[in-house]
Amino acid sequence: MKENYIKDLKEIKDIMNRSSRFISLSGLSGVVTGVIALIGAYLAYSSIFSNQDYLLYEPVAISKEDFNLLLLISSGTLIASVIGAIFFTRRNASKKQESIWDTQTKRLLINLLIPLVTGGLVCLQLLFKGFIGLVLPLTLVFYGLALVNASKYSLPEIRNLGIIEIFIGIICLQFIEYGLWFWVLGFGVVQIVYGLMVHKKYEK
Amino acid sequence: MKDILKDLDKAFENRTRLGIMAALAVNDYLDFTSLKNVLGVTDGNLASHLKSLEKSEYVTYVKEFVDRKPNTNYSATIKGKKAFKKHIEAIEQLLN
Repeated sequence: MKENYIKDLKEIKDIMNRSSRFISLSGLSGVVTGVIALIGAYLAYSSIFSNQDYLLYEPVAISKEDFNLLLLISSGTLIASVIGAIFFTRRNASKKQESIWDTQTKRLLINLLIPLVTGGLVCLQLLFKGFIGLVLPLTLVFYGLALVNASKYSLPEIRNLGIIEIFIGIICLQFIEYGLWFWVLGFGVVQIVYGLMVHKKYEK
Repeated sequence: MKDILKDLDKAFENRTRLGIMAALAVNDYLDFTSLKNVLGVTDGNLASHLKSLEKSEYVTYVKEFVDRKPNTNYSATIKGKKAFKKHIEAIEQLLN
């Protein structure tokens, strides 16, 4: 009889988790987006930032070619990251025989996208006005806020990752001239470390 | 011991019914398909257990149309949430 009740409690906990959180999120998608972010930062550094002073608080006049190249690199990085994240999460979901497109996924995405799209629009406007230095720290801050907001509907680890990203973003605002390095730290290194942690904890 | 057993709710003796309440305790509402997927039960099985929970006024539902298809969202009533909490606490006491 006692074993039955223990089994009941375990099942209740399991159902509560499965029904309210999207748990198929793959740690590997964190790793792969981190690596893509490193590649993107390297491309941006070698082609644009290495011989310019764009990382300032003031607006700077940026040449049209450089501006287009920067937009191209950042949208390329974004698209590659999204594809990578979806690929690994899908693989993980099918391994666990969970559906990838259900109420939990939709809820997770909506709550992730509200701060993320807000941040994206803010940063785009800053970029058009020439405040390139401010864009890098703010992408970190908004990404962190998006993760904290979405963490309620996914793995609890996401929340701490979000707080770390916000923290790095705010420090980065103080040291804008090193913006690209903070960006590499937040979107690259931290993301990879967290991805590996989640992968080890949930997918082994 | 007698007192604790009295707190165990007859409505939750069945695993599926307990599962339905667990899922609805942490979600504002869930539709039929989501509930079915979470619990891994058949349509008929889930429908009959939902009906019995409705009868004890633990579960309520709202019917709506999404893209012209009927969609039923189930949620736990306050009475249902209270009963579920009491039941869980009784189980925990039994185990202690």
